[in-house]
Amino acid sequence: MRVHAQRVGALSGGLLFPALSMADWTVNMTPGVTGTSNDIFDLHMTIFWICVAIGAVVFGIMFWSIFAHRKSQGAKPANFHENTMVEVLWTLIPLVILVIMAIPATATLIDMYDTTESDIDIKVTGYQWKWQYEYINEDFGYFSNLTTPSDQIRNRQTKGENYLLEVDNPMVIPVGKKVRFLLTANDVIHSWWVPDFGVKKDAIPGFINEAWTRVDKPGTYRGQCTELCGKDHGFMPVVVKAVPEEEYNTWVADQKAAAEKERELTQKDWTMDELMERGEKAYATACAACHQVNGNGVPPAFPALRGSAIATGDIAAHIDVVVNGVSGTAMQAFGGQLNEADLAAIITYERNAWGNKMGDMVTPKEIFDYKNQQ
Amino acid sequence: MSAVAGTHAQDHHHGPARGISRWLLTTNHKDIGSMYLIFSFTMFLLGGTMAMVIRAELFQPGLQIVQPEFFNQMTTMHGLIMVFGAVMPAFVGLANWMIPLMIGAPDMALPRMNNWSFWLLPCAFLILVSTLFMEGGAPNFGWTFYAPLSTTYGPPSTTFFIFAIHIMGVSSIMGAINVIATVLNMRAPGMTLMKMPMFVWTWLITAFLLIAVMPVLAGVVTMMLMDINFGTSFFNAAGGGDPVLFQHVFWFFGHPEVYIMILPAFGAISQIIPAFSRKRLFGYASMVYATGAIALLSFLVWAHHMFTVGVPLAGQLFFMYATLLIAVPTGVKVFNWVATMFRGSLTFEAPMLFAIAFVILFSIGGFSGLMLAIAPADFQYHDTYFVVAHFHYVLVPGAIFGIFASAYFWLPKWTGYMYDETLAKTHFWLSFVGMNLAFFPMHFLGLAGMPRRIPDYALQFADFNMVSSIGAFMFGATQLLFLLIVVKCARGGVKAPAKPWEGAEGLEWTVPSPAPYHTFTTPPDVK
Ligand code: HEC
Ligand code: HEM
Ligand SMILES: [Cu+2]
Ligand SMILES: [Cu+2]
Repeated sequence: MRVHAQRVGALSGGLLFPALSMADWTVNMTPGVTGTSNDIFDLHMTIFWICVAIGAVVFGIMFWSIFAHRKSQGAKPANFHENTMVEVLWTLIPLVILVIMAIPATATLIDMYDTTESDIDIKVTGYQWKWQYEYINEDFGYFSNLTTPSDQIRNRQTKGENYLLEVDNPMVIPVGKKVRFLLTANDVIHSWWVPDFGVKKDAIPGFINEAWTRVDKPGTYRGQCTELCGKDHGFMPVVVKAVPEEEYNTWVADQKAAAEKERELTQKDWTMDELMERGEKAYATACAACHQVNGNGVPPAFPALRGSAIATGDIAAHIDVVVNGVSGTAMQAFGGQLNEADLAAIITYERNAWGNKMGDMVTPKEIFDYKNQQ
Repeated sequence: MSAVAGTHAQDHHHGPARGISRWLLTTNHKDIGSMYLIFSFTMFLLGGTMAMVIRAELFQPGLQIVQPEFFNQMTTMHGLIMVFGAVMPAFVGLANWMIPLMIGAPDMALPRMNNWSFWLLPCAFLILVSTLFMEGGAPNFGWTFYAPLSTTYGPPSTTFFIFAIHIMGVSSIMGAINVIATVLNMRAPGMTLMKMPMFVWTWLITAFLLIAVMPVLAGVVTMMLMDINFGTSFFNAAGGGDPVLFQHVFWFFGHPEVYIMILPAFGAISQIIPAFSRKRLFGYASMVYATGAIALLSFLVWAHHMFTVGVPLAGQLFFMYATLLIAVPTGVKVFNWVATMFRGSLTFEAPMLFAIAFVILFSIGGFSGLMLAIAPADFQYHDTYFVVAHFHYVLVPGAIFGIFASAYFWLPKWTGYMYDETLAKTHFWLSFVGMNLAFFPMHFLGLAGMPRRIPDYALQFADFNMVSSIGAFMFGATQLLFLLIVVKCARGGVKAPAKPWEGAEGLEWTVPSPAPYHTFTTPPDVK
């Protein structure tokens, strides 16, 4: 209720004094935190004011006619219906304005396209419906998934501050360095956008697009996928943390160590219970978007795994589907996306959850061997 | 006058057939025009209902009414139905009714094909709408149906969607051929090309655009059909294909398509503003040339829809410059309309109100178009609600208000009665306020960073979305009033004279109201 009262107040205020209104009623683009985003903001404001000026003249004359040349006021129609001079002028003047506008736009565009001499390269891959960030010079990478709980989306819980704009693993970049993004996609076209950077580029399967940024202010910056990519297109945010360089270096070292640990996990001996526990969690992040937490899927697009022929059949076929995917469908090859421990845990979980009672399990080592045989 | 007398004698022998066969078998341009218009309004209400579903879901953050899968089907079907079902058929309906009357022809040049091109449309839309009830649901990949979302990842109903598009395309091409044949061959003696009413000019140019690009659309959906059903890989990267190729082909159709939806409205507005300003259209010749220039340039700007796709820098610059250039002839048109009003003798009946709103609001859509043309800025605007605001400002006050203005302008001619002016003005003001309330806040949402085609959004977008939904409901409900006004007008009222508008000019006003079933069986003489 309180929020609504605020809204009504803000509505009247916002309409009368847009500049004074609260954050919720922002009416304009923000300048952002990079050189590019500031250049874009300037272009945006310039062209906006040009439009306002042209509009003021054209609508001014029009309203004057509406006001002064009414029949009810006794206006008699004039007889003119062409004037070469005027017509040439109002063709040429807009042309000149546009040429003037095109010059700074061209300069900014050239700058945006200059992806050379980067300090750090990050490969960004779009998946239905998450992002993968691979630090190609550092040899590690990870997935970034939405963390907003489904209960908030379904209105069973109050929505958090960063509703729909929060992820488990944000991209981390150092401030002051030129970061180059290499964008591609695994299934359909996605588009990676961080408004504060002025970076938006499509991630297209079979193509590698390039974009770059240099962020000067540390902070957490949020954006979203902007190319319709299926059911959960609205639920694959982009979060980037820009941190000071030392912090970035420690973070990279941690990531590398963690990657090493994961490799060790594969060698460890696992019990059924451990696998089931890990599997439930990993399933929820990697598979539930399509097959649903309860294993019922969303037929016919996404089949149920509860009682499915594969999840309750030959284990080799099950491993094959999960590791290699089913080409030409939304079922991706998870072999390259998840580590062996997660793959083993998920498969074991699927065979023994929701009333699937196969009683068998597969270990990370077996998955490792399976992958290496291929 | 001889035309009128001749018509009267013929009425006894060649009046309309009775019953359903009148409509099924008719080759009369007026009957077919009416059917197009009724069909278009039906589709407008259907597409509008889907827009209401979209706006209801977006009323508040969170998922309340529909699931994301269904939301995507709603946006896709809304876009497709509005573009191909509401706007395009409405203009073909107006062309059918008015072009023969305006050029003094007895009918369209190819009347049987005319019947066929209309009746294809209900078939196409029956197929399209039936996909909603198919397993896997209706198309859910946006009205732009980008591959591979629409091919490899499309729902099973995609093949039906392709078939429906093919049928619509055939219908449009036949309609366009008919317009060209009629305008080029059947003008009354003395009506030279440069004496044609602007509506006829803009439709002639639109017809050429249609013939040029509908086959391209047919081509792109056929490639999809092959990819889906016959194992080709036009758009499948895994098979060596190219998803970006899809976008180039689609937008080579798609950009001229947006002019197909607006040029006939330009023409109608160029008839209406002089009529209610009681003054000749300013700069007739430059209007004709500007329309031609827009049509030609519209083939050179398609990649402005693809600035974020990764087009090379040189291409990016070319498409930015070409797009800025197209603003010049568009500006010329707006200036001409304003100059026509300047020092006229203005009255503000419903057609004029819609026409003035057209000029103002279409210009606002044009301004945001100019902003979108600045390629670096488009990186921020692209695929956000700013774009949704932009194209609704050109399509709703552009195409739809243009159609309403035309309908009120010519209703007396069609029905023989005057419509209820008070109700019509109410319709106008409610539409005007609702439309601005619905779409103006979308600019703010887009600039604040809200992507388009999402069923749920972050909390900072909540307030403007609520405003926008309220405006949308208002606009939507108001359209039922239009239905009421038209039905009321068709059933009776104040008798309309042959020329109900003091300042109107043209051959259509020389025949009685309602226009007899057959007109201009002997061509009139144009000085
Ligand atoms: C993007 C959506 C999506 C995600 C995420 C996804 N799947 Fe699938 N999955 C599918 C689709 C679609 C199919 C059906 C493929 C086909 O047509 O054969 C499928 C099929 C399967 C099957 C075979 C079911 C059967 O009986 O045919 C298994 C097993 C499976 N998925 C496991 C998983 C696991 C494990 C994960 C998580 C690591 C996962 N899926 C994540 C979409 C998805
Ligand atoms: C009744 C008033 C209308 C309302 C309230 C409305 C509302 C909307 C909204 C909210 C969207 C965005 C959906 C999204 O991105 O999630 C949309 C998309 C669209 N609308 Fe409308 N609209 C209306 C009328 C029209 C008309 C008259 C036309 C065309 C002539 C039209 C054409 C489109 C198109 C082409 C799209 C894009 C669909 C897509 O993203 O694939 N709309 N509409
Ligand atoms: Cu997306
Ligand atoms: Cu375009």
